[in-house]
Parts: sequence; C-alpha cells; structure tokens
Amino acid sequence: MTVNSRNLIDKLVHIGLALAASVTVVSLAGIFALLLFFGGSALRQIPLNEFFFGINWDPTSYRQPSWGIVQLLVGTIMVTALAMAIVVPIGVGAAIYLAELASPRVREILKPAIEMISSIPSVVLGLVGLLFFAPKIAQTFGLSSGLGGLTAACLVAVSALPTVASMSEDALSSVSHRYREASYALGAGRWRTIYSVVIPAARSGILAATMLGLGRIIGETMIVLMVGGNSRAMPTSPFDPVRTMTAVIAIETKEAVTGSLHWRSLFAIGLVLFLLTLMLNTAAGALMRRRAIP
Amino acid sequence: MDKRFLAIASIFASFVVVTSIVSTSRRIEASPSDTQLRSLVIKGSDTEVQLVSNLVERFLENKEGIDISVTGGGSGAGIAALLNGEIDVANSSRDMKEEERTQAKERGIDIGRFTVATDGLTIVLHPENQVRSLSLEQISAIYRGKILNWKEVGGPDMTIALYGRQSTSGTYVFFRDRVLKDDYASTMRTMEGSQAIVDAVKGDMSGIGYVGVGYVKAEGGAQRSDLSVVTIATPDGLQVSPLDTQAVLSGAYPIARPIYQFVVKKAGTESLIHELLTFEMSKEGEEEIGRAGFYPITASDRQENEAYLRNLP
Repeated sequence: MTVNSRNLIDKLVHIGLALAASVTVVSLAGIFALLLFFGGSALRQIPLNEFFFGINWDPTSYRQPSWGIVQLLVGTIMVTALAMAIVVPIGVGAAIYLAELASPRVREILKPAIEMISSIPSVVLGLVGLLFFAPKIAQTFGLSSGLGGLTAACLVAVSALPTVASMSEDALSSVSHRYREASYALGAGRWRTIYSVVIPAARSGILAATMLGLGRIIGETMIVLMVGGNSRAMPTSPFDPVRTMTAVIAIETKEAVTGSLHWRSLFAIGLVLFLLTLMLNTAAGALMRRRAIP
Repeated sequence: MDKRFLAIASIFASFVVVTSIVSTSRRIEASPSDTQLRSLVIKGSDTEVQLVSNLVERFLENKEGIDISVTGGGSGAGIAALLNGEIDVANSSRDMKEEERTQAKERGIDIGRFTVATDGLTIVLHPENQVRSLSLEQISAIYRGKILNWKEVGGPDMTIALYGRQSTSGTYVFFRDRVLKDDYASTMRTMEGSQAIVDAVKGDMSGIGYVGVGYVKAEGGAQRSDLSVVTIATPDGLQVSPLDTQAVLSGAYPIARPIYQFVVKKAGTESLIHELLTFEMSKEGEEEIGRAGFYPITASDRQENEAYLRNLP
C-alpha cells in the first residue's frame, strides 16, 4: 500500500466519521425547526394567553374549542414528580448497595438484572399496569379505579429505574479506591466513608443519572397513555386521573388532519415539551459543573 | 482475530442469502403470474375493526393475489388518514363532520359513503350494580356530570365512575352529539379502545361505559356474563334492549346507528372496492355481521348502498 492511498483512506474515514457526527446535529436542528415552524404558526392563531394560562385542552369540544395547556403541564409535572420520588431513592439506594456492599457474585447477577428492565418495552409495562397493577392499586387504596397518576408514576418509575441505578452505580464504582483507603486510614467506618466520601465524590455522576432518568420520565408516553386515565379534569390528588402532554400528542395526532390548526397546535405542545426538557438538561449541566470535585 | 472475523462474516453472508431466498420464494407464491397484485388499505373505527377483518377474511377465501389490510385507531383517525391520502377505505362509526367534508372538497377528494351494518350502542355496567334500566335523559345527565351518585338513579350510594373513548373515536362523537348534546364531564376517563372500556367496567363496581353491541357478546353471539347491559326506558314507558334485533332495526332502540365505510373514488382500486362492498351486502356477508354481534343494514340503507355501487364501475 502506498503512502498516498493510505492518506486517502485516512481522509475518507475522517469524512465518514464527521458525517456520522453531523447527523445528530442536523436532526436536532431539523426537529427544532419543525417544532418552531408549525408550533409557531399555531401560536399565531391561538392567543398566547389562552395557550399558556388556559386550564382546559379540548380542541374537539362540542361547544367551543379550548387550547389551554395548564392541565397538561400539571399532569406531566405530577407524574414526573411522583415518579422521581419513587425512582431516585430506589435507584440510588440500589446503586450504593451494588457498588459498596454487595459481594462480587451478587453484583454479577443483580446489575444485569436491573439493566434488563430497560429491555421491557414500555407498552408491555403499560399492559401489565392496565390489567394487573391498576386493579391492585385500586384495591389497596379503596378506589373505584386505579387508572390515575400514582399508577402511571409507579410504572414510569420502573421504566426509568435501570437508567438511574446502573449509571449511579458506574459513578460510585469509578470513585478511586484511594479515597476510601484514605477515609479508613483516618478512622472513619464503612457508613461514614460511603456517606461523607464516596457519595460526594460521585455526586456529579449520580446527578447525571438522575437527570437522564428525569428526561426519560417526562418523555414517557405509552405508559401514561394506557394507565393515566386521561381525563380533562384537573388532578387534585395522586389518585386522580392525569393527562400528560405526551399522551395528548400521541392521542390527537391520529385524528388531526395534516396542516389544520389542531395538527399544528400539537407541534406547539411538542415545542413546550422540548423546551422544558432542554431547560432541565441545561440546568443539570450547570449544576454538575459547579459541584464537580476539583 | 482474523479467523473470528471470517466466521462472523460467513455467518452473516449465509444469513443474507437464506433470507433473500425465503423472501423471493414467498413473493412468487403471493403473486401468481397471471393476475397482478391488487391491494386495499382499510383503517379506522375500533368498533368495526373486528367485523371488517372478519368480512375481509371471508371475502379473500379462495382468492389469490389480493392484499387487504385492516387496522383500527378510531373513526376520526381513519377519516383523517383518508383525507391525507394514506388509505383507500375509512371505517367509521359516525358520519363525516361538516369540516371534514369541506376539507375533502378543498383537497379534491371524492368520498362515498357505504353502510356496513347496524349497531345498537350499548351502555354497560358492573354486573353487581343493581341498576338495570336508565332513560336517555339520565344517561345524558350522568355523562354530563349532572348526576354524580348511583343512588340518584336507584342504585347503591357510590360515586359514578365515567368511562368513555378518546376524541378520535366515532363512538365518542356519536354518543356526545346524539345523547349528551353537550361536552362530556371533565372527570370522564378516556380509554384507548372499546375493549379497554369493557375491561375497566368489568373491574369497577361504580363504573359505566358505552361500546358497540358487538363488544358485549362472546364468541358465539351469546351475551357475556361479566357485564350488565342497561335497557333504555323510553318516554312512552317501554324498556328496549340493544340485544333485541327487532328494537334495533326498527329504530325503537333510541341509540341504534348505522356504521359506515367511507371510500375514496380513484382509478385502480374501484373494481376491488366494488367486489368487496358487494360481498359485504351478500348473504355470506350478513352471516359474518351477525357472527360479530352486529345487525344487518336496514332496507333504506341497502337502497342507498346499491345506488352508490351503481356509480362505481
């Protein structure tokens, strides 16, 4: 092989890899442009006041269509908050157990098992929720029906568990052994070491894991669609039915005729969802940089 | 390293060869050389999806080279897909809305209406709920959120749990426009399909739901025992049931409705659509309709269908 042809191959590989990298950027820009274009055109027709502060979303009402996203935002935030309250303690707890306490054999079995949860399609989780888990919740809490925020949050938490647990475990395991040894040498016990040395050292990784879990939870559609109950009423307790932004987009794209105001308004909801996630990710990034161990 | 690569590559290559052989042989089987492949895409109403699948399956018996797919998603979804030019036939348990007709006109799409069967929209309760009969006014008030407790209509002291369909559903629109004449109560849980309503009401003592009559019958056409079917009390003191063929066909049952197929007129699919629709009106078609739990079309619907078919080549 001559030097020239080797150079050519190098160049081609370089170009190929650069193209691969640019696909992500181009698709992100494209999606954002689409959301902005169609969502923006809907928002020129729907008064902004009604869109952001209107309680009720009902574009196909018998009387007059209403375009307010407050109830959808509340639904999304409620499911997300409940699911985070479930998944963070369990996920981080499992990670601490796996990284610090479990014997290597237990860890070898448990970690792949947790990661395997992520191979359960969310529609299957939804089905299990609809047919088995929701009736159980109803029975446990004495409700007439279990289709509501809490059931959805529990199942969504299950779907986000592998992300949080497995990534937190990676973060904890990658804390250098020297830190632990130094801590023991100073006379600290096992708990003291975990609590005061290992967790703070792994904090940015754990936070990143939590944020990825959060992203997954906010974007989760199928589960909340199937077990959330999807009613138009404002939820006032975790047991009430909830309707999230993702579920509304999934349900209503089916009937919205291409190009109609209804169709474009779904892009506007998508835009809000996108900006919400973007904001959270940016905030997380900033937090991580600030709290990283020097 | 090299050996392993060679092994993987050869496994991959043989996989590709085998699958391509299998797929070509299947293609040869599916399209005999003398007839070209003809296909239809049908989508829409969840109420109708089982019925139309059965009809198509029977229609395709002993026929070759025809490919017809039937999927659900709701009447609104079917009609939207028809207007977007994605499908050939939309199943719909409601008529087209004015705005949908306008959109069709704007897009230059010529849509025809064909009636497949008659449905008695059925109100279902948990079998342990002792309420057996309701008037339309009561049903309307329940779904509008004006009656909140079962004891107001002679039942137990329990808050009523409303189950309905999503706005994509033709049944949702028909029930709202015919019975409620107003918006649904905001507390109504909206379900993915009629089967989801059946499952929810089966498990909820205080639940009420509405589904096509086909959903309250078991495989052989007998009524399911795990649901209670409400008879409707008419203003002149009669009790009519959606399970009573006579009452549904005569219109004595107040929420009987024709269920439709909307067809796009375009060259290429017309002759196949003509064949399928003619089959649906035949004796065999009627048998399948009965087996799915629905009722045959009325005489006037039949006349309309025949007039429509005469306009197709």
